[in-house]
Amino acid sequence: MERRVVITGMGVVAPTACSLEGFEQALRAGRSGIRYQPELEALQFSCCIAGKPGLDEGLIARYFDPLELRGFNSSGITYGMIAGMQAWEDAGLPVNLDGPDWDSGTIFGIGSTSVEKFREAIYKIDEGQVRRLGSNSVPQVMASGISAYLGGKLGLGNQVSTNASACTTGTESLLLCYERIKSGRAERMLSGSTSDSGPYIWAGFDAMKVCTYRHNDQPERGSRPMSATASGFVPGSGAGALVLESMESAQRRGARIYAEVCGGNINSGGQRGEGSMTAPNPEAVQRCITQALADAAISPGVVDAINGHLTATTKDALEIQNWCIALGRKGSDFPYIGALKSHIGHCLSASGSIECVAAVLQLQKGFLFPNLNCEDLHPGITEWIDASRVPQQLMEKELNILAKASFGFGDVNACVLLRRYAA
Amino acid sequence: MEQQAYIEKLKPILAPYAKDQEALQHLTRETSFIRDLKINSANLVDVVLDVEEAFDVEIDNESMEQMLTVGAAIDIVEAKLSSR
Repeated sequence: MERRVVITGMGVVAPTACSLEGFEQALRAGRSGIRYQPELEALQFSCCIAGKPGLDEGLIARYFDPLELRGFNSSGITYGMIAGMQAWEDAGLPVNLDGPDWDSGTIFGIGSTSVEKFREAIYKIDEGQVRRLGSNSVPQVMASGISAYLGGKLGLGNQVSTNASACTTGTESLLLCYERIKSGRAERMLSGSTSDSGPYIWAGFDAMKVCTYRHNDQPERGSRPMSATASGFVPGSGAGALVLESMESAQRRGARIYAEVCGGNINSGGQRGEGSMTAPNPEAVQRCITQALADAAISPGVVDAINGHLTATTKDALEIQNWCIALGRKGSDFPYIGALKSHIGHCLSASGSIECVAAVLQLQKGFLFPNLNCEDLHPGITEWIDASRVPQQLMEKELNILAKASFGFGDVNACVLLRRYAA
Repeated sequence: MEQQAYIEKLKPILAPYAKDQEALQHLTRETSFIRDLKINSANLVDVVLDVEEAFDVEIDNESMEQMLTVGAAIDIVEAKLSSR
C-alpha cells in the first residue's frame, strides 16, 4: 500500500507578516502587503510598488549566529531560513545537534539566488580583488545555498537539494517532497521556496513590461488579479515552508496534522502550440490539472476551492477557462477561487510555497480569504464563472478538498490536491 | 611591538571565528587556529583578510598557507612590518 503524506508544520515570511499567526490574521482581514518603494522610483522603474517582508534584527538573530552574518548579503536565504526553521519548530521537530537525521531532508526552491551578494562579488572581481571575496561568497551564491544553510542548521541527513522552475518552484517543491516520502525514501521533508527582494531581482520583469505601472500612487490597489483593470503583476518576495511527513511518522510522535497531500502533477507545455517561454500552453495546464486529480484519485466534482496562480496579467481569464475545462465545471457550479497575489503581489519563486501555506490554513481553519481589487471582474472571467465564486469578503466555510496550481516561465506547471485532515 | 601586544590585538580578530571561547581567552603563541580554537578551516582565509586589515599589511599565498597558529601569524605580520 502506498504511504500517506501529511503536513505537520508551516512557516512563512511574507509581505504581510513574518509569522504564521500574523499571516493568517492578514489573510482573513484581506490586508495588503504592497507598498510604495522609493528605491525603485530612484532607479527609474516603471513599477514602483512591491511586496517586501518587514524583518527585524531580532528575528534574524534568532536563526543566524554572528559569524554567519559576517559578509552575509542575501535576502532570499534570510527569508528561506526563517520560514524553514519556523516550519520545523512548528512541527515540533528537534533541531538535531548530535548527528544527522537520516530520515529527514529538504528540497527548498529558489529562482535566482542571492543576487545582491553576487553583485558585490562581481564588483570585487572586476577590481582585481578576487582574494577579498573571502570564504562566504560561494555558500550564498551557489544555487543550492538555501538548502545547504537549512540542512546544516537542522542536521538533515536525507536528500538536501534545491529545485528551480520559475514561479512553479514552490508547488513543485511540495510535490517533489511528497513523492520522496510516498515512495518510502524519507520520513520527513522540508518543502519550501524563497525569493530575494529588491531591484536586481525585479528589474528584468519591469523591463519585460509584465509589471503594472498604473498604480504607483495607490499601492494597495495595485495587485488586481481577475480584474478588468488588471495591468500586470506587482512584484513580491519572501518565503514559505511546509514540513511534509509520512502519516506513520506523524502519528507515532503525536504531531498536529494540518492537512493531507493527496497527489498532484508536474508537467510542461513544451513551448509548443500557444505555449512559449512566457505563455502557458492551455492544453498542458488542463492536462496538469486532470492528471493531478487522477493521481490523487479525486473526482473534479468534489473540489471545494481553488487557490489559483492568478497574477493580474492578461492570462487570468485564460487560467479560469483552463480550470473550467479541466474540472468540467463552470458558472455557479465552479469551486470557490482565491488569488493570494491580490494581497502580497507575485512573490515569484516563493509564490507557490507562500500560497500553499495559505491554502493549507484555508483547509485547516475552514475559510475563504477575500480577493482584493477585483470589484470589476474581467468579462472574460464572468463569461465562464459566476461572480459568487470569487469571494470578496472573508467567508467562514468548511472545505474538504482544495486544488492549488502554479505556472511558470518555461511553460511549466504544477498542481497539487490537498485534503482537510479529520482525525 | 611586544608578543603580548600582538596577542591582545589578535584576540578580537579571532573571536568571531573561534568556536572554543575558552581557548581564545588563554591565547598563546602555540595556540592552533583549527585544533585549539576550532575555527572552521574555510574561515582561515577570512582570518587572513581581517589580519591584513588590522595591521595594514598584505599577506601572500605562501605565508597564508603557514598561518595556522598564533605564533606563525605574529611572525608573518612582524616580517611584513619590518620589511617596509
